[in-house]
Amino acid sequence: MIEIRFAGFGGQGILTTGMICATAGMDLGKNVTWYPSYGSQMRGGTANCSVKFDDKAIASPFLKNVDILCAMNTPSLDMFQAELKPGAVVFVDSGVVPEDHPIREDVKVVRVPVNEIAHKAGNPRGANLVMLGAMAAHTDIFTVEEITKAVEKFFKKKGIDNPKNLDCLKLGSEC
Amino acid sequence: MAEKVLMKGNEALAEAALRAGSRFYSGYPITPQTEILEYLSTRMAEVGGFFVQAESELCGINMVFGAAAAGARAFTTSSGPGYSLKQEGISYLAANDLPAVIIDVMRIGSGLGDIFMGQGDYWQLTRGGGHGDYRTIVLAPNSVQENVEMVQKAFDLAEQYLHPVIIASDAGIGQMMEPVELPDFKEHDVNKFDWAVRGCKENENPRYCQNIYYNMWDEEYPLVKEYGDYPTYLTKKYATIEENEQRWESYQVEDAEVVLVAYGSSSRVAKDTVDTARAQGFKLGLIRPITLWPFPKKAFAEAKAAKAFCTVEVNILGQMGDDVRLATEGKFPVGFAGNFFAVPDPDDIIATAKALLK
Repeated sequence: MIEIRFAGFGGQGILTTGMICATAGMDLGKNVTWYPSYGSQMRGGTANCSVKFDDKAIASPFLKNVDILCAMNTPSLDMFQAELKPGAVVFVDSGVVPEDHPIREDVKVVRVPVNEIAHKAGNPRGANLVMLGAMAAHTDIFTVEEITKAVEKFFKKKGIDNPKNLDCLKLGSEC
Repeated sequence: MAEKVLMKGNEALAEAALRAGSRFYSGYPITPQTEILEYLSTRMAEVGGFFVQAESELCGINMVFGAAAAGARAFTTSSGPGYSLKQEGISYLAANDLPAVIIDVMRIGSGLGDIFMGQGDYWQLTRGGGHGDYRTIVLAPNSVQENVEMVQKAFDLAEQYLHPVIIASDAGIGQMMEPVELPDFKEHDVNKFDWAVRGCKENENPRYCQNIYYNMWDEEYPLVKEYGDYPTYLTKKYATIEENEQRWESYQVEDAEVVLVAYGSSSRVAKDTVDTARAQGFKLGLIRPITLWPFPKKAFAEAKAAKAFCTVEVNILGQMGDDVRLATEGKFPVGFAGNFFAVPDPDDIIATAKALLK
């Protein structure tokens, strides 16, 4: 069982990031669930979603012992640190989370300047894809190739063809 | 089989209703079922059907009444407070022997409650909910895939028994995305029923869709003519459904010391709990009602080693306990492992179940 939390600002593509991640899991033949936060939220407020991968049937889509946290802002990091397993991997956007911000000592932290990289790639809305690339590089939940396939499939279904999305993913995987 | 797609429970249910041949929907938005309307607001037109965002839940259910009376596969959806508003219309559907499908994507609490996952509508769903002598068939899915399968089954059952059928979904199932296989499209012929109120041809008997209670002493009224009187008809109808339509899933029940009883989102956690408990040497089992009404009383005969039963529900009062006590004729202790605002925790369920043996 792998539990993954994506969290960040509303409008940043947090729910979409989780869906792409779940798509990758599904295509790997895993059982997957995706669950959104759907309370009253505002643009610029917080948003999060839960993703689970498992080889056996998944009982609850809700998270308890989180393996991977993807925190795109500081409030998200603060809110979801407590549910992490010892040894969990935390991905933070180093552009918004200060370097000296307290993070639990029993987890691995991967700091990625996702917005900076996305801007450099000419795709400012692709920060979440940079993060997915970094997740492929620093965890074994999926490879860069597998997540690339999921990204292509996801956006093709939506009728979106933006080659810069894959650039973001690749740059993230090199972090 | 079709390729698996990742879909939200609410959206998969909406798509499956269209694939079951439904071309009429009217409803009103309320969290956590709004995605159903959102999805149908564009998708219904693509398949040539009618989508109406009504001005209220009451209007939504009564438009469904009209469409059902005319032979359409019609459905509406809501949650909690909005579902309460539909009760009068559901009572009318039952009184008129009309097939329709109503989905309650349950949230938590009475009154306004809150928008989060809950299973607080059990009593309302299974006892009728509206006024008068009626109950509805209630199906309880526990996955996105079952949402898809049950909406199709619901239309079939509704037409088989000429009766409203409810799907008791919950926010856990509705909001969650899971891989799902969608079935192929089926056609529904609105002219196929001899009872549908679509105007009658010359020399044909007029078709009725009116208050039965005004006609129940009229010996020439078709239903009275066939059954002798209305009470006989109604009693037979409910007895037939109760005998034929009990559905459930049993998991490790036969040798279980304590049998959990859970439906919907809770049943997934309960099943997982059975595995956890058995790994610890504690023989738990699970009866998962798939029909909440008729309640699967027959399932309980299998629980030969049971010393106690325990419902697992997301509400405060343990609503399903009543039906478990009836099904077991009050011979066993019936516990309740509940939680509020979240699905019950397996460790808590095991502790509650163990305490029943003391």
